[in-house]
Amino acid sequence: MAVNGESGRERMTTHRKPDAADHAEPELQRHFDATIARDQRVEPRDWMPDGYRRTLIRQIAQHAHSEIIGMQPEGEWITRAPSLRRKAILFAKVQDEAGHGLYLYSAAETLGADRADLTERLIEGRQKYSSIFNYPTPTFADVGVIGWFVDGAAICNQVPLCRSSYGPYARAMVRVCKEESFHQRQGYELLSTMMRGTGAQRAMVQDAVDRWWWPSLMMFGPPDGDSPNSAASMAWKIKRHSNDELRQRFVDMTVPQAEKLGVTLPDPELRWNEERGRHDFGTPDWAELTRVIRGEGPCNAQRMERRRRAHEDGAWVREAATAHAAKRRARADEGAAA
Amino acid sequence: MSDTGRTRADWPLYEVFVRGKRGLNHVHVGSLHAADDRMALTHARDLYTRRNEGVSIWVVRSAHITASTRDEKDPFFAPSADKVYRHPTFYDIPDDVPHI
Repeated sequence: MAVNGESGRERMTTHRKPDAADHAEPELQRHFDATIARDQRVEPRDWMPDGYRRTLIRQIAQHAHSEIIGMQPEGEWITRAPSLRRKAILFAKVQDEAGHGLYLYSAAETLGADRADLTERLIEGRQKYSSIFNYPTPTFADVGVIGWFVDGAAICNQVPLCRSSYGPYARAMVRVCKEESFHQRQGYELLSTMMRGTGAQRAMVQDAVDRWWWPSLMMFGPPDGDSPNSAASMAWKIKRHSNDELRQRFVDMTVPQAEKLGVTLPDPELRWNEERGRHDFGTPDWAELTRVIRGEGPCNAQRMERRRRAHEDGAWVREAATAHAAKRRARADEGAAA
Repeated sequence: MSDTGRTRADWPLYEVFVRGKRGLNHVHVGSLHAADDRMALTHARDLYTRRNEGVSIWVVRSAHITASTRDEKDPFFAPSADKVYRHPTFYDIPDDVPHI
C-alpha cells in the first residue's frame, strides 16, 4: 500500500533521512536480510537498504515506461485493423498495456517515487524503456509477431517476477501475467490465420518473423557477463533468473511454436542439442542493442516525440478535470452551508 | 511541460479496494491518482476491473489511512504473541471425546 510514515500521513521519501531508530541500522539490515533469506516479501513500510530501493525504483520505472511506450507500435494499427474483430482485440490489448504501466507506476510510488516525476524522467530521456519498442511496425503481421514474440518474451521475464522479493512489484506482475497470456495467444492466432491465407500473407508473416526475432532475443538484456546490475538483483531476489537463462527458455519455448506455425526462425545456428536437452542458437548483435539503447534505433526519436506530444496535448484535459473537481467541491460546500 | 506535470502531481493518491465477488471482503489492489473521489472510482473501474474482477469498489485517499508502524521498530503486535490460551490447540481433550 502506498501509505507511508507514522500514522499514514507523511509520504515515505526515496532518500529517507536516518531517524533515531536507524541508529540500529545493522540490526535493521539483519532483519531485512533474514526476510529475504526466508523468501518472505519486503513490504512498502519496511526498512530496506538504499541500494535495494534505488534498484527497484529504476527497474519498476523502466518496466512501466516500456508498457506505456509499448502502446505505440501496435496502436498505429488500431485504425487500420482488417476487421472489427481484430480492431476490438487490438484496442483491448493496447488498453491493457496502459493498465500494466499504471499498475507498475503504482508499485513504484510505494517506494517513494513520484508518478509525475517518473513521467517527466521518461519524456526528458533520463530514464529508459525496453529497446524492443524502437522497431517499426510496417505491416499487420507485425501486430501478430509482437504478440507472439514480444509478449512471449515478456511472459518469460515476468512469470519469475511474480515471486520477486518486493511485494507490490510481485503483485503487479501477477495481474500483468494473467493479461499477458491473452496478448500472446491473440498474436499467435492472428499469424495462424494469415498463414492459412494467400502466399503474400505467408510471406508477410515470415518477413515480420525475420525482423523481430533478434530484437526479441535482445529483450532479455546483455549476456550475463556484461550485465553489471544482475548480481545484486539476484542476491536481493528482485530478479530470479539470469538474462541468458531467460533467453534460453524463450528460445526453447518458441521453436516448436514456429514449427507448428510453418515459419523459419532466421538463425542458421539454431538446432536442438540432445546433450543439453535445450536448443543451441546464435549470438544476437550486441552492438545493435547498444546503439538502440543509446537512442539510435529506427524509431527512438518518433516514440519519444509521440509520448511528449500525448502528455502536452493531454494538459487541457488534466486542467479541466482539476477545475471541475474544484467546482464540484465548492458547490458541495455551498450546499452544506445553506 | 513542467506545468502540466505539476497539474498531474496535484491530484491526490487514492488506494483502491475491490470486492471480487459477493461473499468476499474488499481487497487492496493498488493505487491511482484522480482529481476527486468520483474520478477515482471510474478510473479504478477502468484500471482494476477490465475483466469482471469486481462487483464493488472502494477508493480512499491514501492520506486518510492510518497505519501501524513497521514491525522491526515497534512491538505493536507483541501483546498477541504470548497468549497461547487463545488458541484451541492449547487445551488437552481426550481422544475419545467426539465432535470437539
